[in-house]
Amino acid sequence: MKFAILINEGPYQHQASDSAYLFCKAALAKGHEIRRVFFYHDGVNNSSALTEPPQDDRNIVVRWGKLAEEHKVDLVVCVAAALRRGIKDDNLAAGFRISGLGQLVEAGIEADRLVTFGD
Amino acid sequence: MSEGAIKKFMFVNRKAPYGTVYALEALETVLITAAFDQDVSLVFMDDGVFQLKKGQQTKGIETKNFSPTYRALDGYDIEKLYVEQESMEARGLTEDDLLVDVTVMSRADMGKLMEEMDVVLSC
Amino acid sequence: MLHIINKSPQERNSLDSCLRVTQSGAVLLIEDAVYAATRGNAAEAKLREAMGSLKVYALGPDLDARGMSDRLIDGVTAVDYAGFVDLVAEHPNCQSWL
Repeated sequence: MKFAILINEGPYQHQASDSAYLFCKAALAKGHEIRRVFFYHDGVNNSSALTEPPQDDRNIVVRWGKLAEEHKVDLVVCVAAALRRGIKDDNLAAGFRISGLGQLVEAGIEADRLVTFGD
Repeated sequence: MSEGAIKKFMFVNRKAPYGTVYALEALETVLITAAFDQDVSLVFMDDGVFQLKKGQQTKGIETKNFSPTYRALDGYDIEKLYVEQESMEARGLTEDDLLVDVTVMSRADMGKLMEEMDVVLSC
Repeated sequence: MLHIINKSPQERNSLDSCLRVTQSGAVLLIEDAVYAATRGNAAEAKLREAMGSLKVYALGPDLDARGMSDRLIDGVTAVDYAGFVDLVAEHPNCQSWL
């Protein structure tokens, strides 16, 4: 089955990004496809390359990038929401790309299920 | 993308405007979804009903008043606007207080309508 | 439809709202919503009533993290993330009540 994921909150402040990540990992382990993960609202902050968590904490940003690399998951950050919050190509973490909201709609059309994680 | 695929998208608005950005950014998604020629329904329940209140004046909080956009939805062929009756009544509002024409729906009918959707986005 | 709730019933009305309009399908409690499925919580009666027409699930790792696994209400099924994925796949559609 093809899944699309929408993440509406940033890392560390809310559990949304962690829950979404663990959902994606479980779905991939079961042989499902993650068609796209779309980052909207404060969710765009998951893509900041400037993020530096303490050593003993999980690195949410890097973790998403690795998942994208290993499983060819398309990580898309909404351009309008990103620019509002100071995320640009200059500080975009590896594995993410910035694009329009149309990518969310397209994912909703193409995937069998769209699952949202937020506050 | 498969050519001509049309899905039923529903946007469930449950948050008031201005206190958080969700209502405004959800509206942006609604407009894009309509541009993809999808079947779009908007639901307003809980505090989301406040998004449709007439007479919003945002000058004093130096924020853009996006409520006129709801009136422009017609131009994007978005005509399915539903308000859940109990939510509206619990907030001291009637249909006359709302800035667009809506279909007022019972909670049971709202639940049934949600079941028929392909993609439900709530915020 | 699978309804996904992520907030404690004492903090938000999302569980209330969901149960108010939903007549069938399933509810999955994740994150802070798992407190709703624990014995003695004020939401217990409401949840038990809903269980007459809805299947109720709670995410085990979220119960464990909060030290509440041993208080799960009888009739609520604990699932792991793989079970979460299965629930989404098994139901024709889903909605996160944010």
